[in-house]
Order: sequence, then structure tokens, then C-alpha cells
Amino acid sequence: MDKMTTILQPDDATFPGVGGPAKSRSTRRVRGLSDRTIAWLFVAPTIALLLAINIFPLVWMIRLSFTSLNLSMSYLPLRFVGLDNFSDILNDEDVWIRLQTTAQFVIWSVALQVVIGFGLALLINRQFRGHSFWTTIILLPMMLSPAVVGNFWTLLLQPQIGPFNYVISLFTGVPPSSFSMTGQVSLAPWTIVLVDTWMWAPYVMLICLAGLRSIPDYIYEAAEVDRASPWRQFWSITLPMTVPFLMLAVLFRAIENFKMFDMVNLLTSGGPGSTTELVSITLKRAAFEKWRTGYSSALAIILFVTVFGAANIYVKALNKVKQR
Amino acid sequence: MTAAVAKSALAKSTAHSIVEASPRAKAVASSLVILYAVISILPLLWIGATAFKSQSDAIAYPPKVIFEPTLEGFVNLFTVRTRQTPDFIAKLPPPETWYDKLVRQHDMVIAGPSKVVPRFVNSLIIGFGSTFLAVFLGTLAAYAFSRFRIPLADDLLFFILSTRMMPPVAVAIPIYLMYRQLNLTDTRLGMILLYTAVNVSLAVWLLKGFIDEIPREYEEAALVDGYTRLQALRKVVLPQAVTGIAATAIFCLIFSWNEYAFAVLLTSGEAQTMPPFIPFIIGEGGQDWPAVAAATTLFVVPIVLFTVLLRKHLLRGITFGAVRK
Repeated sequence: MDKMTTILQPDDATFPGVGGPAKSRSTRRVRGLSDRTIAWLFVAPTIALLLAINIFPLVWMIRLSFTSLNLSMSYLPLRFVGLDNFSDILNDEDVWIRLQTTAQFVIWSVALQVVIGFGLALLINRQFRGHSFWTTIILLPMMLSPAVVGNFWTLLLQPQIGPFNYVISLFTGVPPSSFSMTGQVSLAPWTIVLVDTWMWAPYVMLICLAGLRSIPDYIYEAAEVDRASPWRQFWSITLPMTVPFLMLAVLFRAIENFKMFDMVNLLTSGGPGSTTELVSITLKRAAFEKWRTGYSSALAIILFVTVFGAANIYVKALNKVKQR
Repeated sequence: MTAAVAKSALAKSTAHSIVEASPRAKAVASSLVILYAVISILPLLWIGATAFKSQSDAIAYPPKVIFEPTLEGFVNLFTVRTRQTPDFIAKLPPPETWYDKLVRQHDMVIAGPSKVVPRFVNSLIIGFGSTFLAVFLGTLAAYAFSRFRIPLADDLLFFILSTRMMPPVAVAIPIYLMYRQLNLTDTRLGMILLYTAVNVSLAVWLLKGFIDEIPREYEEAALVDGYTRLQALRKVVLPQAVTGIAATAIFCLIFSWNEYAFAVLLTSGEAQTMPPFIPFIIGEGGQDWPAVAAATTLFVVPIVLFTVLLRKHLLRGITFGAVRK
């Protein structure tokens, strides 16, 4: 009998919030908490944590972005300056240069990762002997801590003691101490692209591989029957069917690299001069070295808005891939 | 029986003949992939080798590929040493341990343990603490999102995910101010809470995917048998989701283990983890590369093991469950 009521009235809240299942079963044969109560009890802690750690500070930061707060001079009274911080940032040529540096870093690193990642995925998809073992080896760099990666690449790239320059000189004949990958204005921007690509090309590869494996064999079989050349098969089957996956990878990487801080901070710390100063590094300097909290809050909000714009596109693409 | 075998063999052979690559194409692919794998693993091998070099071998020019292995780097990593005159060292009683002996060869004596063990312990406590919390909260929320109709579920899920989109340096600014007020700056609790908040978004998305895959019929059968929702969750759903929960936990652990930006901005001593610590292992005259490499090696080994363990679920983890293969 009470089984029937369980099925018929699942939403009947008898003990909202209290009483474990065992207790309620022993006292009265009741169904325990209602589904609705459980749903809210289960979701609430996560939402509460995110409100406390993410949203409340965000709202606070929005307020601070309208002030001239400087933590190194926090004895000064909090002064509201309206939109001054925002107009300062948007009229600051340096900030635009940093954004350009960041954009160039994002574009080049993501482009290289797509080419290498997709290429590797095509090769691995041929399922040669031992492909699984070598795939795991290739995946290792992306699992490492970006900070540790940035740090140990500084050793590898040291002009004299590092092996990188030495290997380059073996192939080109250029003396190994004649150039510095991290210290030279002309090379440093490419160095961060290189190390980022080393680290993240496997990421693009892994997603592309999933895309390639999602293509059913019978499509190729049909193409084969129609005598489509391998080249034609690639352009009209392989590529179009992998594009959604590729897009997903690109968006993920673009967002991550737009936020890039750790690896570059340890590899070049923005130098030489400010040739590799990505916008996150600028933000860190404004907030945690110059202690210009008001100004850096405004800059942070500008970055938020930019990333959120990208995030929206990303979620749409994500849903598109999910529907497949 | 034989017919079935023959049929499956036939199906296999036709698939091979048309879709599978020719032996030559395979050979080309395999050599290119192996070449890339070897080149991309070389930097890691170099660091692993540097961990076993002596200071002079580590900074030798040209770089040394063949060297005499030593544990100096590891000894330097775990100890603080002071330089003494040879006379002073000669007067000391004979070294008691192999590492005392190793250090004295360089006219040094061990003055005490370095900070690496407390940093390592911090990494473990903060890593496991935040992982446990994130997976616990994430499992509950994911179950609710998967099984119940929650108003605005899609918006809430997007909200949960979007908290991950913010640049860490930007998030750190208000967190820094808030933690100063709450006395949470440079505390393990503060870092655990922060990492939990970051990880819970991944946990909810991943676990929702895993729980979605468990047929509802199992629970419904349990409910018909008189189980309450909570009992059904504990006795039917959780056992089925164990692999997914474990994979999610490893992903959370890796994030906390590797995280640098928050750690460097919000901790300075007490709660500092390994990533901000490793680059500042200094010897006489700059970075002590063998010690840095030794720390990096010890730090990276668990990640390598986890990568192998996670291989099957890696794709899901890095795409927030969007691609499941």
C-alpha cells in the first residue's frame, strides 16, 4: 500500500529538511524527504559556495572599480571617482598594446596548436601498432603545472647551459650563446608561443581524435564505392565532420590563453621590457605590485566582460557538439 | 556458432580492406607520431636527468648528456646548508649519514631541514581537502541536476561553469581583500575554500554527465521496492557512479596540485604550496638547478601516474564533459 503512495505522490513533503531516511522509516512508513526538498538541499551548498567565493567578491570588485582605492595608501578615505578608472584604462595606450600582445599570443599559439594537434590526430587515427602508448606520452605535457613548465623551460632555454640553443646550433650552425630565447625582444614573443604549443597541442589533438572517431566507417565506405579520392574524402568528409570538435578546442584554448598568467609569468615575467607582458601580467602588476586596487578592479571587469562574450559563444558551440 | 564466427570475421575483414589505413600509411604515421612523442618528452627527460646531476654538471657548457649521477640535488632540496672552512669540517666528528658525507665534500654542513616538506604537506592537505569538498558538493548537485526538474537548471549550470571563465588574477583581487578581512590570507582553509569553488564547477559538469549515463530505471526500481530517494542514491546510484566520481576526483586533485596564480598571490608562507615554491629554490649564486629539477621531478611523478590512470576519461575532463567519445 505505501509503495503505491510513494509512486503516486512523490512530491508530498512531510519532513522538510530534517529526519534521515532510516529514522523516518522506523517511526512511520513515510517516503523521507520530498524530491523537491532533496533537489534544493543538494544544489544549495554549491550555489552558496559560489555566491560566497565568486559572486560576492565580484560585486565588491565592481564597487571598488568606481573608487580610487590604493592599498599602499589605504589610510586615504575611500573616494568615488565614477567611471574615471574605466576611461583611464581605455585611453591608456599601454593597455591597448598589452591587449595586442595578448591577442597575438592567443592567435599564434592556438593556430599552431590546431595545425599540430589536428595533424597528430590524423596520424594517430590510422591506428598503428602501439598508438595508444605513444598517445599517452604525447599527452603528458598538458597535465603538468603551467608554473612548473614555465620554470623548467627557463633552464632549457638558457643561452649557454640549456640544451635548446645547443640543439638549434647543431642544426643551423649558429653559435648557441649568440641568441637568447627569453631575453631577446625579437624572440621572446615566439618563445611563449613555442612553450604554450608544446604544452597544449596534445589538448587539441585529443579533442580532434574524438572528432575523427565519431565519423562512422560507412561514410568512408560509401565514398570509396563512389571512387572519391583520399584528398576529396578529407575535404568533404573528415574535415567538415571534425570542425565542431575543432571549434570547441579552439574556443577552450583561446579563453585559457587569453587568461594566461602562470606559465608566461615564470618563463619571461613579461620581459624583456614588456614584449611578452600579457594583460593578466599587467593586471597582476597593477593590483599586487602597485596596489592600485580601484584601477585594477576596473581592468579586471573589462577582462571579465571580454571573456564572458567569448564564453557565450563557447557554450553555444558546446551545445552544438553535444547534440551530435 | 561457426557461422557467427565466420560472419564477424567477414565483417572485420571488410572494415579492414576499405577503412583501415594501408600498412605503408601506418608505418609513416607511426614514425611521425613517435618522432613527435620523443621530441616532446625530451624536455621532461632533461629535467629528470638534471635532478641527478651535480651542480657543476647541471650548468656545464656544452650541456652534458652523459654524467655521473648523484643525489646532491635531492639532498640540497631537503636541507639548508652552511658553508664552512675545511679546517672546521676536519675537526667535526665523522659524518653519520651518506647525505652528511655528500654535503661535506662541498665544504658545507647541514644546518637543518628546508621548507620543502611543509610545502609538500600544504599541497597534499589543500589538494585533498578541496578535492573532497568539491566532489562531495559536486556529486549532490550533479545528482539533483541529473534527476530532478530544477527551475532555470540551464542558467544555473551556465552560472556554475562561468565562474571558471574568469582570469584567476582578476578573481584574486577581491578574494585578497575579502580574505584580509576574514583573516583567511595565507591559510590552508582559505585556499581549500577557493580551490573547492573553482573545482566544484568542473565536478558538477563532469558528474552530471556520468550520472546521466546511469539508467533511471535502476533507481525507480529501488523506489518501488520501498527505498527512499536518499537510500536509492546511496545504494544504487553511487556504486554505479564510482568510476566517474574517482575520475572527477583525480581531475580536481590535479587542478589543486598544479595551481599557481592563486597560490602565489594569496599565500606567502604558512599555506604556500609547491608550485610557487619550486622556482625559488635558491643555492649559492642563483637557482640551484639540480634541486629545482629534483623538486620538479618529485612533483610531476604523481601527475604522470594519474595521466596513465585517467587515460580513458581524459577527454571528458578537459572538455567539462562536453565530449564523451
